[in-house]
Amino acid sequence: MTTTGYAPEVRARLDADAADIVSRYPQARSALLPLLHLVQSEDGYVSRHGIEFCAETLGLTTASVSAVATFYTQYKRRPNGEYTVGVCTNTLCAIMGGDEIFERLSERLGVGHDETTEDGRITLERVECNAACDFAPVMMINWEFFDNQTADSALEVVDRLIAGEDVTPTRGPEKVVSFKEMSRVLAGFDDGRADEGVAAGGASLVGLEIARDHGWTAPSYDAAEREAAASAAASADAAPGVGEEHSSADRPAGSDADVETEEKR
Amino acid sequence: MTSLTPILTRSWGDETPWKLESYEKAGGYEGLKKALGQSQADLVQLVKDSGLRGRGGAGFPTGMKWGFLPAPDGGPRYLVVNADESEPGTCKDIPLMMADPHLLVEGVAITSYAIGSHHAFIYIRGEVVHVYRRLLKAVADAYAAGHLGKNIHGSGFDLDVTVHAGAGAYICGEETALLDSLEGRRGQPRLKPPFPAVAGLYARPTVVNNVESIASVPAIVRGGADWFTSMGTERSTGHGIFSLSGHVTRPGQYEAPLGITLRELLEMAGGIREGHELKFWTPGGSSTPIFTAEHLDVPLDYESVGAAGSMLGTRALQIFDETTSVVRAVSRWTDFYAHESCGKCTPCREGTYWLKQILHRLEHGKGEAGDIEKLVDICDNILGRAFCALGDGATSSITSAVQLFREEFEAGMTQPASELFPPERSALFDYTPRRSAGAAAGAVHA
Repeated sequence: MTTTGYAPEVRARLDADAADIVSRYPQARSALLPLLHLVQSEDGYVSRHGIEFCAETLGLTTASVSAVATFYTQYKRRPNGEYTVGVCTNTLCAIMGGDEIFERLSERLGVGHDETTEDGRITLERVECNAACDFAPVMMINWEFFDNQTADSALEVVDRLIAGEDVTPTRGPEKVVSFKEMSRVLAGFDDGRADEGVAAGGASLVGLEIARDHGWTAPSYDAAEREAAASAAASADAAPGVGEEHSSADRPAGSDADVETEEKR
Repeated sequence: MTSLTPILTRSWGDETPWKLESYEKAGGYEGLKKALGQSQADLVQLVKDSGLRGRGGAGFPTGMKWGFLPAPDGGPRYLVVNADESEPGTCKDIPLMMADPHLLVEGVAITSYAIGSHHAFIYIRGEVVHVYRRLLKAVADAYAAGHLGKNIHGSGFDLDVTVHAGAGAYICGEETALLDSLEGRRGQPRLKPPFPAVAGLYARPTVVNNVESIASVPAIVRGGADWFTSMGTERSTGHGIFSLSGHVTRPGQYEAPLGITLRELLEMAGGIREGHELKFWTPGGSSTPIFTAEHLDVPLDYESVGAAGSMLGTRALQIFDETTSVVRAVSRWTDFYAHESCGKCTPCREGTYWLKQILHRLEHGKGEAGDIEKLVDICDNILGRAFCALGDGATSSITSAVQLFREEFEAGMTQPASELFPPERSALFDYTPRRSAGAAAGAVHA
C-alpha cells in the first residue's frame, strides 16, 4: 500500500486519518470528499499523490477520484496560497461594493481571480454567495467571515496578511488558520477553536433587539396563557370608541357625527 | 401590526449560546426527552398537524415527507439535514448553526427517532469553517451527555450523527444532488421518482430536510401543534426567519409569523437607506421572480406570494434601491447560475451559458436587435425542461425583470448599465471611481 509518492511516515499518518474518516460512514465511498480535504491539508492542493491515495484507500480508479475533485470549487488543482482571500461578487454583495473591493485587492496583489501571488502567500478569488448577505459586502479569508467590508478595510486586512501578521475574522476564531490547517478541519478533525469568537454578528441580532424593545415574545407554550394574550391583543386591536381611551376624539360620544359614522359602517 | 416572534433566534444574543451547558440551562433537550416518551406515529402526526412546511425553499409539508417513508423492512433508513445554504440572499441557517448548533442537533435526534433512523447526516457547505467547528463540537458534546449514541436517555433508541462538509457547489443544495455528493460523487441531481423517501442515501429510505425545518421541531414537540398554528396563516403556519439584506437601514434576521409583509418588516428595519427608495426585491432568494414596491403589502406566506407571481422560497429579501441597474443585477445572477449549472442536462448547461452572453452584451450597452426576445425565448426553453430546479431558478429573475423593467433592457442596446446607474451610487461605502465607469464594468467581466 505504498505506491503513492508520500514518504512512508507521511503515508502512515494519512492512512490513520483516512481510517478515522471512513469509519464515520456506512459506505466507504462517502469518505471521498473529506479525504480530498485531507489531501489538501497535506499538500495544499489536490496533488497527483493525493488522488492516488484516495483511489487506493477507497478502491476507486484515479479517474473517478479526479472526476469528483474537479467538480467542487474548494478543491484546488494547483498549489493554493497560504490564504484564500475571497470577495463575494454575487449580485447583492457586488452591488453593495464587492466589485470595487475585488478590483482594489486585485490591483494591490497583482493577481486576478483564482491566481496566487508569486510568494505563494495569497490566492485571490471571486466567491459566490456565502450566506452572510445581511453583512454585505462580505470577504472570506480561508472561509472565515469578514463582514461589512469597505475597499479600505479589506485592503487593511490583506496588507496585514502580506506583512505576515495574523488576522481576526468578524465572526470566527481568534485568528484565521492557514489553508492547510483549515483543510484539516474540513476533513472533520477538530482544531479546538470552536469556542473562540462571538455567537452572532450585529445583523443576526437586529430582529431580536427590536422584539426586546417592543416587548414582543413568541406565544407561550401554555394554551391558557396563549388564549389570555390573544384576547388581550384582540381588544387592543379593536377600534377605540369615540371618546374612549386611545381615541383621538377629545369629546364625549353621541353627537350627530358619531351616529353618521355608525351608519356608514 | 404583526410582531416578531423570536423562537429559533431567541438565544443568539446570549453569552455562549452554542455551548451545551447554555443550551441545557435554557430548557434544551427537554423536547427530546418528551419525544422519547411518545410513539413514533404520534410524533409524525404532531408535525403533520402543525402544518410545518419545508423551510429550505420548496415549502413541502415536513410531516407528510416523513410519512412517505415505506414501512420498516429491517434495513437502515436515514435522516439527512440539508445545511448547504447557498441560495443567493439566503443567510439564516448559517447564523443559526453558529449561535445555536444544539437546537439543530436536538431536532435531528427527535426527527431520527420519529422516522426510525439510527444514522443521521448533517451536510454543511464547506465554505463556513467556523460553523462546521461549532457543529462538530455540539455533536461530540451531545454524545458525551447521552443525547446521542447508544440507548439515548434509557429509551433504547440508538442514534449516530455524522457532520459532513461539502466542498463548494450550489447544486448540492438540491436534495438528490446532495445525496450523490454525500455518497462521494459529483453532486448531480437524480431522476425522480424514485424519491428519496423510497430510494435515497445508498438507495435506502431517506428524509432530507432543511436546517430551519429540523430546528423548528423541538419547540413543536414542547408547545404542540396548536402552539405552532397560533402563528402564521391557515395554510402557512408557524414562524420563520426573514432575512433582509441590501439597501435597508438595518439589514438582518427578523423572525416572524408567516404572512408578515415587507412593508411591516421595512418599518421595523428603519426603511430603505436614507434618501433612497425601493426599486425591486426578491421575496425568496435569486431563484424567485422579483417584486417591486407594488408588492409591499403581499403577505409573505406560500399562497399569497405564489398568487402574486413569485415564490416565498427561503424568505431571503434582497432589497435594491433606485440606484441599482436591474440589468446588472440580473446579469450577475445569471453568471452565478451558469457557473453553478452542474452540466447534467442540456437546457440548463447550454441555456445558462447563452443567457449569460446576451446579458453581458446588454449590460455593456452592446445589445443586438432581438436580444430581449431571445432572452425570453431561451428562458421559456429552460423553464420546466431542466432536470432540476436550478434551471428554472435561473430564468426567474430574467423573465420577471424583463416584464417589470423592459425599458432598461432596451437601453442596453446602446448604453452601458454603469453609465445609466453608476455603481458607486449603489455601494454602501464611498469611493471615487478611478476609471470611466464603462471601462471598470468591462474589467469586471474580462
